[in-house]
Amino acid sequence: MESSANSSSLEPRGPIPTPGSGLDSSLVEPATTAHAARRRAGGLASLIAPKNVFLWPALLVVLGLSIFPLIVSLYLSLSRLRFTASGIDIRLIGFSNYQVLLFGSEQVHLVGLLKPPSPVGWAIFVLLTGLLVLAFGRAARGGVRPLGLLLRAIGGLLGIGLAWLLVQSTFSAGGRPGTFFVTLTYVFVGLAFQYGLGLGLALLVTQHLPGRRFFRIVFLLPMMITPVGVAYLFEMLTDTGKGPFLPFFQAVGLGNFTWTTDPWLARGAVMIGDIWQWTPFMFIVLLAALEGQDQEVLEAAHVDGASPWQAFRHITIPAILPVSTTVVLIRMIEAFKIVDLPNILTNGGPGTATESITLQAFFDWRTQALGRSAALAYILLILVTVAATAYVNLVRRRVTVNA
Amino acid sequence: MSRLRFVASAVGFLLAASACSPAASPSPSSAAPSVAQSASAPATSASAAAQDFSGVEVNVLTFTGPQIAEPLQRHAPEFKAKTGAEIKVVTVPFSDLYQKVLTDISTGTNSYQAFVFDPQWMGDFVGPGYLADLTDKVNSDPVIQWNDIGPFFRDFSATYQGKVYAIPLDGDFHMVYYRSDLLSKDGLKPPETWDDYLTIAQKYHGQDLNGDGSKDFGSCISKKRNAQAYWFITSVAGGFIQTQGTGQGAFFNTDDMKPLVQNDGFAAALDIYKKTTDYGPPDELNEDVGATRGNFTSGRCALSMDWGDIGPLAIDPKSSKVKDKVGAVILPGSKQVLDRASGKLVPCDATTCPHAVNGVNHAPFASFGGWSGAVNAKVDQKVQDAAYAFLAYVSAPEQSNKDVTIGATGFNPYRTSQFSDTSLWVESGMSEQAAKDYLGAIQASLQSPNMILDLRIPKTQQYQQVVLDQAVSQFLAGEIDRDTAMKQINDGWEEITETEGRDEQLAAYKASLGVQR
Repeated sequence: MESSANSSSLEPRGPIPTPGSGLDSSLVEPATTAHAARRRAGGLASLIAPKNVFLWPALLVVLGLSIFPLIVSLYLSLSRLRFTASGIDIRLIGFSNYQVLLFGSEQVHLVGLLKPPSPVGWAIFVLLTGLLVLAFGRAARGGVRPLGLLLRAIGGLLGIGLAWLLVQSTFSAGGRPGTFFVTLTYVFVGLAFQYGLGLGLALLVTQHLPGRRFFRIVFLLPMMITPVGVAYLFEMLTDTGKGPFLPFFQAVGLGNFTWTTDPWLARGAVMIGDIWQWTPFMFIVLLAALEGQDQEVLEAAHVDGASPWQAFRHITIPAILPVSTTVVLIRMIEAFKIVDLPNILTNGGPGTATESITLQAFFDWRTQALGRSAALAYILLILVTVAATAYVNLVRRRVTVNA
Repeated sequence: MSRLRFVASAVGFLLAASACSPAASPSPSSAAPSVAQSASAPATSASAAAQDFSGVEVNVLTFTGPQIAEPLQRHAPEFKAKTGAEIKVVTVPFSDLYQKVLTDISTGTNSYQAFVFDPQWMGDFVGPGYLADLTDKVNSDPVIQWNDIGPFFRDFSATYQGKVYAIPLDGDFHMVYYRSDLLSKDGLKPPETWDDYLTIAQKYHGQDLNGDGSKDFGSCISKKRNAQAYWFITSVAGGFIQTQGTGQGAFFNTDDMKPLVQNDGFAAALDIYKKTTDYGPPDELNEDVGATRGNFTSGRCALSMDWGDIGPLAIDPKSSKVKDKVGAVILPGSKQVLDRASGKLVPCDATTCPHAVNGVNHAPFASFGGWSGAVNAKVDQKVQDAAYAFLAYVSAPEQSNKDVTIGATGFNPYRTSQFSDTSLWVESGMSEQAAKDYLGAIQASLQSPNMILDLRIPKTQQYQQVVLDQAVSQFLAGEIDRDTAMKQINDGWEEITETEGRDEQLAAYKASLGVQR
């Protein structure tokens, strides 16, 4: 931490990564040994250098609030807690908590119930594997360094493994997805709808339509309500038996039907709530990007006879791409942590159908299985980090090329 | 200027939205405890000992009511007038209660001085020394009239390893309730077996049972996960699994602590339990006991399985449409029972079902054991005394004999005098016949030599509220099949047993079954 702050001010940096070199390539930038030795020697001395003393408060805050909890929860995830007369007895038990979650009695809960895939499942598996192989081939031809290739190969194999688990649990007769794949569904289906709707609404509001100012505010409202409030709202709306839409549901013959007892309908209800709440976030950021784009280019395209679709496809999309990637990344990381909606709306049910990983961790925490709860949190951390890094890797090249 | 207007109108909208949205209501999971402050003191009754606890403050932790919390809140001001002690009742959702008690004491916070909780958890609380030993107090206290409390509740709900740690405030058994008006009109008998139960449920499902013009339901059973529903499967399975009397146990094999959940008996119970869902309200899987009781007392259900609460709720003139139309019976049983050696079902005969009635093996389930109050051992003696005195005051016949006849309290009879004196019940509005019926069903359960004692060993909460609850709710939702559900419960229970030590758990289980009634 401190040495990098030091090096950035005192020493020339290594070569600037060229566009398209990928994230991992910057990790293997050839720092000379002399360079590294000087850094190490300077590290300790620079700690007590007067100007660096002022960095300490910030450093301590980061250590205390980020690094320390991370290490403690890692320790917790490897231990079991017992309550004794003298307080709490924490005992290290190795990877038992992970073992129970991934291979033991909690496997059905976290990963899912695995059965042979259906034909659709096989098709999806072949498709996903093909895409991964294709991406790897492109990276191999595109001059990625050996370490980058190795990382990509590991990532690819992991991806194929996950795809196999996905089709076994979600696209199979008698199988069911665990919280892992339910969380991924919330993230990717939710994101797709939020981005699509947000962009659509933003485009509408940039048109010179009457009342667009009013709608600009109205579209923002859902984001301002607390997620718990949204969950109660949707709990009432989806209640066909007592809710405000009872006459409507009865009129269309759904009086004795309920959303929340069918696994996929219940997941749908959670996703609708999430989409309703977070589309405004996409909307407001994309609106700013759309309004900030260079009008002269658009006008020039119009003069040159480009259709509105062509202008949108070749000018607007590239112009808002950097903003889009950022906003999707932020929402993706947030969406992995979804907990309020399924907790209130369906209580994780029916069964455990709508539970996310975070909610599963919360339920474990509530029953004092702190070790398992911490293990789940770590699994989620790894999942989010891998997903976010892969995503950044994927879009980085496009954004830099376009920019 | 226009930007200013934009901002102003946006702020206006937001204020309106936040005021209208239900966001203001607290999340049940946020576990922000709601404090019911005692009001100024009204008139008092005369029985509490005239001890002076002026300036002493006792925080009592229990679950979000209104039942259970309501009588505590109601008696707090009376108790203050009598003794000067300030009683605050703090409530959290049921699913948070266990960990709230544990974390409060284990971390040394001790913000609660008394707890009203599930006595099954004592195995986890007594070991580390969290609860005060009340043995001497109850034996020397004239207020509580300890010997009037039913022997079962004294021994099971209150006592752990020979010492008294809790004051029973409630008596709990599962029973089946039926609409006596419907059954007598059609010349039907109340269900004796679970097959009878399903037949009756099927017959009335989809008919209008309360004359409001809409279709009603054959059976209403609370099946919500993370609530108080996970006991019901044991009530169905009991009649198949436990045959040789209370000491045989219905959860684990008493030789090797192997779970009794992977056999034809438990499989049959799961099938029946799932079948009841076909005759229930569409939202049954999300209904807690409050919702089910509301459905039953509004006349929407022909049958229900519940604790003692429906009896007094059915006579509440404000909410009940089924006054004097409700009957109660001991839990239905089975004519086929589990042979533990083979894991198969065998017909009932004198050897296989020594306690059978009319060839039907009943195993009434003393589920939960009744809400009981305990005192935090880590607080000052004076505060402990005040906490005990309050619990004893609530449990004393003068308060308790009224409370058990009020449905909203959630307290069900547990004192001998409450069973023997039907005038209590008739005064509260129950007909003599209904009172006999209701008390008879509880007494038949209480006196059964084949009663199932609820699990009460270390990690009981993990076995039942986590593993069992989760697998059964996944099974009911159609997420997993029957065999997967049984395997999941078996594996989950074995994992806990292995972790805690098989021998220790087996010893604890055997000790818990040795309770003499």
